[in-house]
Amino acid sequence: MLKKIRISVSILFLLLICLYFVDFSGLLSNKLHFLGEIQLIPAILSLNWLVLLILLLLTFIFGRIYCSSVCPLGIYQDIVSWLRKRLSNKKHRRKYKYLKPLNILRWLFLGITVIAFIFGFTFLIGLLDPYSIFGRIMVHIFKPVYMAGNNILASVLNPMGNYTFYTVTIYLLSIMSTVLSLIMILLIGILSWNNGRIYCNTVCPVGTFLGLISKFSIYQIRFDKVKCTLCGKCARECKASCIDFRNMKVDTSRCINCFNCIEACSENGLQYKSSIMGHSREKADNHQHNSEVSNVTFNNRRRFLTLTFATSLLSIKLFADKVLHLGEKKDVKRKKPIMPPGAMDINKFSRQCTSCHLCVSKCPAQIIEPSLFEYGIGGIMQPMLNFTNQFCNYDCTICTDVCPTGALSSITKETKHHTQIGRVQLYLENCIVYTDETSCGACSEHCPTQAVHMIPYKNHLTIPEINQEICVGCGGCEFICPALPWKAIFVEGQDKHTNIVLEFEKKEEIELDDFGF
Amino acid sequence: MDRRDFLKSIALAGAVATIRDNKAMTLMSQHFNGQSSTTPAETYDLVAVLGGEPTTMFQKAISELGGMSKFVSKGQKVVVKPNIGWDKTPDLAANTNPDLIKEIIKQCYDAGASEVIVFDHTCDDWRKCYTNSGIEAAAKAVGAKVIPADLESYYNKVDLPKAQTLKTAKIHKAILESDVWINVPVLKNHGGAKMSIAMKNLMGIVWDRRYFHANNLQQCIADISTFSKRPVLNIVDAYRVMKDNGPRGRNEADVVLSKALFISQDIVAVDTAATNFFNQIREMPLEDIKYISMADKLNSGTMQLNKLKIKRIRI
Repeated sequence: MLKKIRISVSILFLLLICLYFVDFSGLLSNKLHFLGEIQLIPAILSLNWLVLLILLLLTFIFGRIYCSSVCPLGIYQDIVSWLRKRLSNKKHRRKYKYLKPLNILRWLFLGITVIAFIFGFTFLIGLLDPYSIFGRIMVHIFKPVYMAGNNILASVLNPMGNYTFYTVTIYLLSIMSTVLSLIMILLIGILSWNNGRIYCNTVCPVGTFLGLISKFSIYQIRFDKVKCTLCGKCARECKASCIDFRNMKVDTSRCINCFNCIEACSENGLQYKSSIMGHSREKADNHQHNSEVSNVTFNNRRRFLTLTFATSLLSIKLFADKVLHLGEKKDVKRKKPIMPPGAMDINKFSRQCTSCHLCVSKCPAQIIEPSLFEYGIGGIMQPMLNFTNQFCNYDCTICTDVCPTGALSSITKETKHHTQIGRVQLYLENCIVYTDETSCGACSEHCPTQAVHMIPYKNHLTIPEINQEICVGCGGCEFICPALPWKAIFVEGQDKHTNIVLEFEKKEEIELDDFGF
Repeated sequence: MDRRDFLKSIALAGAVATIRDNKAMTLMSQHFNGQSSTTPAETYDLVAVLGGEPTTMFQKAISELGGMSKFVSKGQKVVVKPNIGWDKTPDLAANTNPDLIKEIIKQCYDAGASEVIVFDHTCDDWRKCYTNSGIEAAAKAVGAKVIPADLESYYNKVDLPKAQTLKTAKIHKAILESDVWINVPVLKNHGGAKMSIAMKNLMGIVWDRRYFHANNLQQCIADISTFSKRPVLNIVDAYRVMKDNGPRGRNEADVVLSKALFISQDIVAVDTAATNFFNQIREMPLEDIKYISMADKLNSGTMQLNKLKIKRIRI
């Protein structure tokens, strides 16, 4: 029963989050971005106290149900394991077995990630965060496939007069992200095929972190010492390789609450029950066991306190950065990347972005791209704007709405109209009006604030002039400028998104009663 | 005739004069006109309407030209090409008025069109433009097919032998495959080209718009008007006009509710008339808009309004 519940919940979550990531036509409501916000690392980075509290409480009470029911990468691994089971006949079915925990590695990965983060290399968190890994796999592998499928349907139906599906352009946004995603999906797939949830219990910092809490969660999978016949069926089904059945012990720091073991046991020798009941029974039976338990509990308590301390440090640092704008100063580069709207400040943005690429997926104009080294080594794969194929729609705030870590803060359309994410630069030497003395004006056509406007030039021509103070940095001018080989107008990035003041003329009431000809 | 008959005729004439114009009558007259092979006594080259709503303005204007069935025959494939260039709502006058488009499509079907297609090669994202302009919904409500124009594969190369600079262009297949097409621009000020009216609206049927901007915009606009498949009608929507900061506009302050409509088969004439009309709102001398005189030289039409039969209607 528990296993069935787990499977239903995890399939529901996975389906929703997969569909949400690949949906390019806005079929699904954008409210589904909550699926990113309930993941652990985004919740920590965005200081979403409510979600954090719920997740930690859930783990403390029920164990690592996040890992089996909510984490999309975990559910992917379960699917791979299930596939292996289905594809092999009963005789050659794989049997898991108990493995000793690789605690040194677990602490190493968690430690390096935390330290790197404190020193401004959020990139490492992004590399190992299961949600972000999953996000990138979705955006760079599955979404193009989904779009290709759509294009095939469109190419069949459009000539027949049906325009329910229309062809969309599939861009290769980043070679690095695509290659990395391919590596990760294969790597984690292979690890899961061979060793079940080994990634979750060796590398994943979320897994290690939650494991320290689940070690003494209230509800745990425990042996019923009376009913257990030591047949070992449970250990053979345990994906986490954490059941030492000979000693009747379940390593709950590695248990991901999949309940396969309980399903496998025919004697009811394993039960999912709370410690309160368990302890009172064992007290009567086993003194030695009690002292063991108390020793183990003491060590765990120490570990728990250390971890709480570390997390608090992290949270305080994030909070302080938010309030006091502390953090490293970035070198001023000649050509700076343009951060997506909502980023506001490069320090805050760089610190909180795990490169899950949900914004990359959801941008309707497909202008958000993973960077390479534009933000420095600490910012590999973090998103920046590219105006080659399109520009930032003046009224659109989708990227700010969906970001689960708060790297892009949610802003209203009105705020966006007054925010300068980049500053226009004009090079008249390249401008067609200047070089060819013919009309153009394409740049000013697209400018939503007329920061780029046309002024009289010779021979009834008009030539562009810029007012940088009212530029919002949307890139419309840069996108459309037809000058070759170099554009005459482009947008330069900046470290802070500044506020601009727009003045509008009042509407004149004009009444016409004559044709004029 | 005797006195009694005379009085009867007067009474009848008076009664007839009080009958208000309604759609049924217009349709009937169009149908009648379509059936007969004789053209109405007065054929106008240009009809201008002032006052009223887009739907009524168009109905009056088209009936003066002999009805829609004079231009659309039974069973024909029609393309209605509005200006849907920008992600803006109808009140901001960046796109053609959706009510006008709706009425045009309806009349096409009433005249017996087998299919009406609507599209535009937009400047902003096409999904946003089609939706927020209200044109996609209005067109679909009366049974038109609304199709995309955002990919190069929808366009085919066409030669323009009469052109000076734009010798070839890739034009949307829907136009090439249609029997007739109708050009429905909105009257706007334009930062680069000075005015965006009927000829400028043709930039929405070509693929490579950047080429126009890079190679003498004014000449290219005149050149595209030499495309051999001319629109059977040019209907200039001046219900709301963008007087400044065009073609995109900044806000409502750029819009004037001018309540006008101009129709002609002559694209140069209708652009000339519309510019003269616009000149009342904001100074816009005809000589400043080079493409109009360039197109006149290429024989796409005539600027000489005084040589044309013009009907002016006030509502």
